[in-house]
Amino acid sequence: MFTARNKGRFALVAAAAGVSLALAGCATGDPLDDTTDPTTEPAEPGTSESITIGSQGYYSNEIIAEIYAQALEAAGFEVNRQFNIGQRDAYIPALESGQIDLFPEYTGNLLQYYVPDTEATQADEVYAELQVSLPDGLQVLDQSSATDQDSYNVTAEFAAENNLVTIADLAGVEGLILGGNPELEERPYGPTGLADVYGVEVSFDATGDATVDALLQGVVNVANVFSADPRIGENNLVTLEDPEGLFLASNVVPLASADLPQDAIDVINAVSAALTPEGLVAMNVQSTTDELSPAVIATQWLTENGLI
Amino acid sequence: MTWLLDNLELIGRLTGEHLRLSAIPIVLGFVLSIPLGWVAYRYRLTRGLILTLVGLLYTIPSLALFVLLPAIIGTPFLSEANVVIALTIYAVAIMSRSVADALGSVDPDVKQAATAIGYSSFRRFWAVDFPLAGPVVLAGLRVVAVSTVSLLTIGAAIGIDTLGYLFTNGYQRGIIVSVLTGVVVTVVIALVLDRVLVVIGRALMPWTRASRSSERSGVTRAFMTARRVREAVP
Amino acid sequence: MNLFADAFAWILNPGNWEGRNSIPQFIGEHLWYTVLAMILASAIAIPLGWYIGHTGRGRDIAVAATGAARALPSFGLLFLFVMIGGVANRDSSVMIVLALLAIPPILAGAYAGFEAIDRRVIDAARSMGMTERQIVARVEIPLGLPLLWGGLRNAVLQVVATVVLVGFVRNATLGYPIVQGIQINRFDQMLGASVLIIVLALLLDAIFALLERYATPAGVRAGRNRDHRTSSTRRRAAGGATPASTEKEMSV
Repeated sequence: MFTARNKGRFALVAAAAGVSLALAGCATGDPLDDTTDPTTEPAEPGTSESITIGSQGYYSNEIIAEIYAQALEAAGFEVNRQFNIGQRDAYIPALESGQIDLFPEYTGNLLQYYVPDTEATQADEVYAELQVSLPDGLQVLDQSSATDQDSYNVTAEFAAENNLVTIADLAGVEGLILGGNPELEERPYGPTGLADVYGVEVSFDATGDATVDALLQGVVNVANVFSADPRIGENNLVTLEDPEGLFLASNVVPLASADLPQDAIDVINAVSAALTPEGLVAMNVQSTTDELSPAVIATQWLTENGLI
Repeated sequence: MTWLLDNLELIGRLTGEHLRLSAIPIVLGFVLSIPLGWVAYRYRLTRGLILTLVGLLYTIPSLALFVLLPAIIGTPFLSEANVVIALTIYAVAIMSRSVADALGSVDPDVKQAATAIGYSSFRRFWAVDFPLAGPVVLAGLRVVAVSTVSLLTIGAAIGIDTLGYLFTNGYQRGIIVSVLTGVVVTVVIALVLDRVLVVIGRALMPWTRASRSSERSGVTRAFMTARRVREAVP
Repeated sequence: MNLFADAFAWILNPGNWEGRNSIPQFIGEHLWYTVLAMILASAIAIPLGWYIGHTGRGRDIAVAATGAARALPSFGLLFLFVMIGGVANRDSSVMIVLALLAIPPILAGAYAGFEAIDRRVIDAARSMGMTERQIVARVEIPLGLPLLWGGLRNAVLQVVATVVLVGFVRNATLGYPIVQGIQINRFDQMLGASVLIIVLALLLDAIFALLERYATPAGVRAGRNRDHRTSSTRRRAAGGATPASTEKEMSV
């Protein structure tokens, strides 16, 4: 049984184990003590020309990030993409520490992150307060006119049935079920805010990314949908007005590190100037209905707007 | 269908990432569990302790572990190390029991014979015990490989580029083909890895080839031997 | 460690033990999904496994199918089913995903339990004049029970941990504080819920370990001291020297 041939094989096992050990060592050495850049492509912190752009794990945000990336690439910058990061709490520290240089954000939600009890609701107030609330090392560039903010929506039939125009009109309606992301339950504009500001009592259903479907299928009757979601128009949903300013205005705004080069800032500001609410919704349609990839959508939009 | 054709490059890239990120925990788990399994097998006292501890690790929901690791051990939030370490923990949890069981299955007579013809205990371990334990170790490793590939998809929920991106992104955009593609590619990768392990096993352990014709008892035996080898869970 | 203190504070906070989103509610829902999925999976896997184990028919297909089922990513499968079946039917989608996860270990436990029985025992039963039905009911099922309980035990551990995914589609189960915790950066509830899931898993494991031990006939328990697996694997390992003998033994 322990012939020379078999011993050879065992040696092979041992060698294989050794090699894999070495490989594993190499492969994990990187992520384990890598505090500067978690991407697979090592960034070059020395060269100011390399800009790392992040995005949320939200398809529309990824499209905007891709637009930033392609615009900067067209202007001769080297770009590193670090997309699909779920939590604001994960990427804000990365921005503060310089792992990420540029990130498409939303003014209202970002302000609430830094100033949870802010009183600002209108776009300009929010933007102004945001500019003074950011920590050192971070800046917001020009905000765009495109908005993508939380909003409460009902189906057209439900609105007609109950004469709903504003959120306040929900107050008399029985059996309201509010659908949205799990976080909504804990946010100031969630069920608690609805009760405090408008006297509207709802039960909550964490329908997550299927919230619009849940509304259409009657699982919930009020849905928290981002205002740039094309399905609002496609399905004739009624977005309830918010006279008391439960929701903060949330315009698309580039969040950047303070040392982003001026010529990069100029490129991104030109993008923000061209980005309109309709343009954003149209791109979201291309993503969801036409199933185009972010890269294709971004190139089309930049070309149409004469930016590349 | 257009989605599929338009995104072949994305699917290819994610598949590559998925393979790379799966390979590390599988290899690391295998390597780390040999000494752990050996200690568990060799010393009766530590056996219960080690096996209970690794069994405990394994009931931690993976989603939670991915997110909690940075807070517990201080890895950066965005680092793929979180996923790699978490999956290595599951791999070790499965494999060390597997290795302990496998070593326990080696015929004591064979070990005595090896000692009698002059093998030192270290040499005997590598030349006799471990190779003879090989088939059972391999059974455990196959379970690890398949579950690692599957669990890795959950990494997408915390922004790690894996095939799971096709799930979260497709779910948001309402593209069923995207989610379906993710599921199919994940299963294919898992099964291919499983096959590769079987082939490597046959090449390294030629004596097991004889039993191929009677896989019936092979399956049963693998199950019985590895039935304490609980499979990894999300 | 601070984080663990926070987690235990979350668990022990009396406010989290009453009303909407209370810990008892989450635990109850978690168990509900787990038990229902186990019943569903058992109803399919146990009869099928016994059939395969008794007749030996369809075993290759079963092995291949369970292998593939083990590779199924529950995370993607859940989204896929919710997209196809609609949000209104999300609980059915969850059940199917969990059952698919539980079927392979239960099926393997069921048929391995039959296959592990010494063929001479079956032959003896047959020679005593037992019908096939009697052999299944009085010999194979009781003798196969220990491995079946082992399979169920493996399955329940996987299911109880995978129920966490429910948190992605509705606010229920201990998965919800975890999924929500990720979005709102609440480590106390993520870790607290994880601790509760671990405790739940350990309790279920202990219950199944007891069932595995005491729900089996006394004769089987006595026989277990000479564990099949040890002897057979040993033979297999040693069989490397004489493949022919192994072959013979395996085809018995």
